[in-house]
Amino acid sequence: MTANVYQLTAKEKRFIGWHFIVAVAALSIGSLFGPFQAMEHAGWDFYEKFLNPLFHSYYEGLTLHGVLNALIWTTFFITGFITFLVIYGLKRPLRYPKLNQLGFWLMVIGLVIAAVPILLNQASVLYTFYPPMKASPAFYIGVTLVVVGSWIEGYGFYLTYYQWRKENLRTRTPLITFMGLITMVMWQIATLGAAAELLVDLIPWSLGLRAGLDPQLDRTYFWWTGHPLVYFWLLPAYISWYTFLPRQAGGKLFSDSLARFSFWLFLLLSVPVGFHHQYVDPGVPSGWKMVHSLLTYSVFFPSMLTAFTVVASLENAGRARGGKGLLGWLAKLPWNDPSVAAQLLAGILFFFGGIGGLVNASYNINLVVHNTSWVPGHFHLTVSTGVTLTFMGILYWMVPYLTGKELWCKKCAVVQVWLWFIGMTIFSNAMHVVGLLGAPRRTPLGQAPYIPEEWAGHLLRVGIGGVILLISVYLFVAVMIGSVLTKKKLSTEVEPPVAESLLDPQTTPSWLDRWVPWLVGAAILLIIAYGPQLVYQISTAQFTSPGFRVW
Amino acid sequence: MANKHESMHIDPYEKTWIIVSLAMLIVFFGAITVAGLSFGVRVPDPVARVNPNDLAASGTFAEPGLKEVAPKRYEAYIVAQTWSFTPREIEVPAGSIVKFYVTSKDVQHGFKLQNTNVNMQIVPGQVSSLSVKFDEPGEYDFICTEYCGLGHAAMYGKVIVTP
Repeated sequence: MTANVYQLTAKEKRFIGWHFIVAVAALSIGSLFGPFQAMEHAGWDFYEKFLNPLFHSYYEGLTLHGVLNALIWTTFFITGFITFLVIYGLKRPLRYPKLNQLGFWLMVIGLVIAAVPILLNQASVLYTFYPPMKASPAFYIGVTLVVVGSWIEGYGFYLTYYQWRKENLRTRTPLITFMGLITMVMWQIATLGAAAELLVDLIPWSLGLRAGLDPQLDRTYFWWTGHPLVYFWLLPAYISWYTFLPRQAGGKLFSDSLARFSFWLFLLLSVPVGFHHQYVDPGVPSGWKMVHSLLTYSVFFPSMLTAFTVVASLENAGRARGGKGLLGWLAKLPWNDPSVAAQLLAGILFFFGGIGGLVNASYNINLVVHNTSWVPGHFHLTVSTGVTLTFMGILYWMVPYLTGKELWCKKCAVVQVWLWFIGMTIFSNAMHVVGLLGAPRRTPLGQAPYIPEEWAGHLLRVGIGGVILLISVYLFVAVMIGSVLTKKKLSTEVEPPVAESLLDPQTTPSWLDRWVPWLVGAAILLIIAYGPQLVYQISTAQFTSPGFRVW
Repeated sequence: MANKHESMHIDPYEKTWIIVSLAMLIVFFGAITVAGLSFGVRVPDPVARVNPNDLAASGTFAEPGLKEVAPKRYEAYIVAQTWSFTPREIEVPAGSIVKFYVTSKDVQHGFKLQNTNVNMQIVPGQVSSLSVKFDEPGEYDFICTEYCGLGHAAMYGKVIVTP
């Protein structure tokens, strides 16, 4: 197996590298505003004092934070990462590299077109852009191009895979490629909702071609995409935990077949769950909310499988390194490797994020936390730590692999990772607590007249967490820039740490390597979970809402 | 290679884990169902459509405010708009059951009645409705929980429950 390693060409490495450069650039700008929001909560309002008039309001900052971090950092990182998983896993170049380049450039053009109106305060609509708040058409068009570009990169992956499959009929798809492809397929099913919202409603409406919209229908379209979006972020982190982290820790993947099984479940169950973001919507019947609640609970199941396999793989690694006792193996893991430390700490906080997620998914318990700061507290454990800290960890080995140069200041990287963990623990815990007390999300709490004195201590912790995270994120950016600029070449090239499975993947049942039955299953589930409501909401839609500019 | 014996290998620990995971999910789901059905912890259901551009014509929202439908039973019609609720304040005696009907004149808003289970998305064109019983006298803020523009943070109102 290991004898036949495909070496990526310099051109392929550069192409993947550009995805990461855009991703990190987006993160470095987007992450500036998060801490400003956190500090505002603590009573230190930099928006009024320093950022005006360059950045016009708290909400322009919040829009930049959400769009650049949640949409751009993730999408560019993930498409770049999947490009690697496809080429390296299948041991062959992309079938049509020009197609993938086209996709990438469309994403970049889309990013620029969307960024300009945000920076000009023409699109302070946050990353959920709920109508009838109306942004500049350029914002919607830009976002659409980013999504379309990612689709085109996806087609490039499928065509490459199709070619490989024709030549390797009986071989199991290499696990990393298989998982990367499922992530992309899930994304393409998921983004159909946003595509409908943007192409049919928001773009024509913002251009004046449609007089009014039905905001309830657009919420339904949005959340068709909005929840699986979080799985689009999460699955690449899972890929790293399943297939890279065990090897980095010195062990093997515990179970190839359960890894594949859980990914199929993610494909099936990630999308038909959007109504759990709409539990308190007036226009969705409670019966359908209950159905999506049940399906959301089901998608928790493959996460439990993942937890077992990943922890079992790590325990094997820790024991192989001499770890003893119930938890002694944990200490023996290579914590001094920033890539490993990042992913382990990401996993620990993600565990708590998962528990909070169950609360959010719980139909009526959601009433207590919906639209409170509990929710951003929650997703800063999931997307901003489970996912983002893992992506940082991946870059800590990937950048030296791509550049052939040493990671600049490895110690800084280890410190960065711990700062993220500590800062996020403080920030997120405080956000959860004030959320339970009733603080709304998306609100400059420093200005809100209804905030009781007793919350001050929690809001201070929000601010302190934000400051620590600000230091951490720029330490990360410094390590990235340093690693690209450094002149220290590596003596031996980095070998991508792809873990072997304990059992030969070829013994994995073939039904876990067939696309058609699973795709048909996903389609049927979607039709059941969304079909009747979509027909109902579209047929009874009242397109009465004109656009408003409220910022 | 292809003729190797295929099997879905599941470790005994893993099997236990799977069973426990499934059992947990069933228990959790059962618990929220019981809470919903037995204790009446409900989420909003569709109640009516209105034209957000012409709420006066809709009848019920022509004059927002509190209406007593029976002793200690009220209906509260509240209009949300940037950046206030109308009416801003309502007063009921302790022990009252109030059914809230809230809609928006412009963009989306939120309506969260602090320290109760009332939490609703307010969507123009729709009417959001939930009931609550006020047992304890005191002041209950209702705050806007959805970003609705520059004045969002100041958008709130109050239910005063008198002894």
